[in-house]
Amino acid sequence: MLSGLLGRKMGMTQVFGKNGAAIPVTVIEAGPCVVTQVKTAAKDGYEAVQLGFGKARRAKRPALGHLGHSLPLTERQRRKQQQERAKSRQQERERRAAEAQAEEDEGAEGAEETEEVEDAEDAEEAAEAEGEESAEATETQADEAETKTVAPAAKSAQSAQKPSPRRRRGTGKALGPFALLREVKLVGGDAPAVGDEFKVNLFTVGEHVDVIGTSKGKGFAGVMKRHGFGGGPRTHGQSDRARRPGSIGPGTTPGRVYKGTRMAGRMGHERVTVKALEVVQADPERNLLLVKGSVPGANGTIVMIRKGAAQLALAARSGATVSKRA
Amino acid sequence: MSVAPLVRAVEEENLRADMPDIEPGDTVKVHVKVVEGNRERIQVFEGIVIRLRGDGVRRAFTVRRIAHNVGVERSFLVNSPRIDKIEIVRHNVVRRKNLYYMRGLRGKAARLKERRD
Repeated sequence: MLSGLLGRKMGMTQVFGKNGAAIPVTVIEAGPCVVTQVKTAAKDGYEAVQLGFGKARRAKRPALGHLGHSLPLTERQRRKQQQERAKSRQQERERRAAEAQAEEDEGAEGAEETEEVEDAEDAEEAAEAEGEESAEATETQADEAETKTVAPAAKSAQSAQKPSPRRRRGTGKALGPFALLREVKLVGGDAPAVGDEFKVNLFTVGEHVDVIGTSKGKGFAGVMKRHGFGGGPRTHGQSDRARRPGSIGPGTTPGRVYKGTRMAGRMGHERVTVKALEVVQADPERNLLLVKGSVPGANGTIVMIRKGAAQLALAARSGATVSKRA
Repeated sequence: MSVAPLVRAVEEENLRADMPDIEPGDTVKVHVKVVEGNRERIQVFEGIVIRLRGDGVRRAFTVRRIAHNVGVERSFLVNSPRIDKIEIVRHNVVRRKNLYYMRGLRGKAARLKERRD
């Protein structure tokens, strides 16, 4: 079982509870999350599951490669491939030449044979020249080949299944690309496989969860807002110290300001965990999760919902033997 | 500010279709479910709506009445399941949205003229 799920904060509202009490809730669009990688104790030193959530419009090559996509070869890979092919052809030619030489040495006098060998050599040289053509030319050739195969509708399905030799084959099913990948711990039960999908039915109504998000950035904030200082007196002849921090330390001894002294500075936009929020509603059909209370961050930002400490402890106790194997 | 469709859907599930449109100045009877011990009964609170605020599930109103010579105000959420029903006794002529001035008036001065429309 997973310990958490990724979701998107949609906003706050209120719902009515069983006895008619209004409950303030945060609406989270949680999941579906897809397992993109399974980390095992044997291989990675710890057990976890990497989840993907949300759609990304664009993704870089490394990300797509990680998610098992087929990718066109880079210029460099293509050149390397060509060089390797040329090399193998060269070897082949040498081998044949050596064979022919051996035959000749054996004393076969047939002039026809040698002619044949020469012919073969010529053909191979031509092939080599073609292989060494510029990368662009080969690419256009590949493109042409693709369009040719696409033209008949019956063949297109086949060509879609079989990646073109110019594309590197991905391993397994292509996932994503996702807006966010993040790891969650495993708590008991069998480890899921790559490609498995998880929804909000991971949580039950009444359960307590922790929600982790990135708080709203407040910019450069003063000490009253940032650290809750009291500020100065506002009346009795005060003119310039209403929101000031006051003294920041002693005098000559130690003659410096202590490290960590609370002062004005950047506030917010940091990882914040809110613990023990009650799950009010969980609807896997709509990927809807309602938790009681507020959640860090602006609407539309991604949050991680993690099972509360009590649940984790319970799961760890019941599934300890299962999760420890690996 | 725009509300996400998912949030709106959640709100709509909590709305009550059976509630009349009340307006500030209306004389209303609010039938409230009251729990006493382990049995539930309905209590009627009659007075003038002096405040109406909020939207959707958060829509709330305040009713003011004079009980035993003391002004009593009670606030309700329109869509609350604790309300059995709301009866509109009559609409009154008022020129304001929030009738806080009613708090300073008593007796004959605190009467409102019925709206004829």
